[in-house]
Amino acid sequence: MNEKVHPIIDMQDVSYKYEKENVLERINITINEGVFLAIVGPNGSGKSTMLKLILGLLKAQSGKIKLFGKDIHKFKEWQRIGFVSQKANSFNTGFPATVYEVVASGLTKKLGLFKFMNTEDKHKVLDAIDSVGLIQFKNRNIGELSGGQQQRVFIARALVSDPKLLILDEPTVGVDAQHVQSFYDMLEELNKNRGITLLLVTHDIGTISDKVTHVACMNKSLHFHGETAEFERLDKDKMSAFYGHDVHILSHDHDHHHGGVKS
Amino acid sequence: MISAIFQYEFLQNAFLTGIIIGIVAPLLGVYIVVRRLSLIADALSHVTLAGIAASLLLEKKVLGISGLNPIYMGMAFSVTGSLFIEKLRSVYKHYQELAIPIILSGGTGLSVIFISLADGFNTDLFGYLFGSVSAVSRADLWLILIISIVIIATIIILYKELFLLSFDEEHAKASGIPAKTVHFIFIVMVALVIASSMRIVGILLVSALMTLPVAASMRIAKGFKQTIFFSILFGEISVLGGLFLAYYLDLAPGGTIVIIAVLILIVTILIKKLTTSRPAKVQK
Repeated sequence: MNEKVHPIIDMQDVSYKYEKENVLERINITINEGVFLAIVGPNGSGKSTMLKLILGLLKAQSGKIKLFGKDIHKFKEWQRIGFVSQKANSFNTGFPATVYEVVASGLTKKLGLFKFMNTEDKHKVLDAIDSVGLIQFKNRNIGELSGGQQQRVFIARALVSDPKLLILDEPTVGVDAQHVQSFYDMLEELNKNRGITLLLVTHDIGTISDKVTHVACMNKSLHFHGETAEFERLDKDKMSAFYGHDVHILSHDHDHHHGGVKS
Repeated sequence: MISAIFQYEFLQNAFLTGIIIGIVAPLLGVYIVVRRLSLIADALSHVTLAGIAASLLLEKKVLGISGLNPIYMGMAFSVTGSLFIEKLRSVYKHYQELAIPIILSGGTGLSVIFISLADGFNTDLFGYLFGSVSAVSRADLWLILIISIVIIATIIILYKELFLLSFDEEHAKASGIPAKTVHFIFIVMVALVIASSMRIVGILLVSALMTLPVAASMRIAKGFKQTIFFSILFGEISVLGGLFLAYYLDLAPGGTIVIIAVLILIVTILIKKLTTSRPAKVQK
């Protein structure tokens, strides 16, 4: 990993206000190619806002964001960034589309207007479905799958355009507890075998800390960013001041249910 | 009937228009239904009625305007209404369905005013409300044919974009699809199809032709393309069967078409029930 050579995301002094309230305050973070970074923080800490800024869905009032070394205002290669949102939010489970059709829709932007899929594109779609382990379901309607499988379909949709960076916003919300672990195993594999940089917003640091290479903690501003091992040595008292009563989510207690954390 | 079609131009017009409408109405209907906009068709059909009433009023009261084809003003009103709906949906972001009763009642209100100003119409207003086999002119047929070709071409060209926008609007925006433009094109197409369909099925029943075949199709189809295919198939069966029966039994075609579509829907629901309940019984 050439850490200094390839920063994929570089944020300098980025602030964002919603109406008069500071949502993000002077964020400075450099995310390098090949990492698997978990961003953790309590509700309202600005995690999702930060993702939206990176995805260009919101514009920062001050500061600079660079993607793949380019200023975000000039950045055009959005197909290099895949995005998987919280499943519950954005789709209608009764939608009459097969897994194949949904994954193929991930090529929409890459193909551009007036273009249709060729044989190579079709292979890519099947490859992406295979890499999330759903090839036997490719002709099923998406509504017939479980929550975890549906979320894998969305990962495949993001993978089909060969992204270098995959951004996931609390992807395990709505996924059965017993499938969460295998879901994270799959992410780890994508990171290790395909070399995809992963950026994951989660409340679930307990389950995922043995998978991610780096952790960032934020609460409006960035409190910590470093390797997972370093994160685990952090003073728990400091963390509790930052997290308030939610400090227990930092523990490795896998069977601990942190109810009340998620809104 | 076949010989009658060759003999009478009005029957040719009605059947050819019916075949075209049987394709485009359910085709756009698929997108309307999956985007949960089914009631927009109802709102726009009532605005179209206002346009038709306005056109008939002008023809009656203003000298020098005769032979004005009401379909043009119907289309103009429908497209304008669709733009108002979009505006209202962005004004009431959290109550988007509110746009529908506003436009629907506005359209009906205008229609009633125009009709009363004209002291009622002795002409074919009834035909516009419930559809008519005899009302379609050759000029209507050409206009509807051209509009439908443009619409089908647009849907083929924008297939990927429309699919993504319908399936996951947030993701479509995040991946840089010009969502607003695509949606705008879509809603204008809906307005045009509604105005085109009203001659055959009538204003009060246009939305049924856009939604019932889709509702039936969704029960049995696998995937989006199949949903489109079965919707068009059911739409064609309804329209052709309805026109045929309406001609022979002297019924209003709109009602007959819609009742056939309802019957198809019932059959698909039953088929789905029979095919899915069998494995459950085996388990017991």
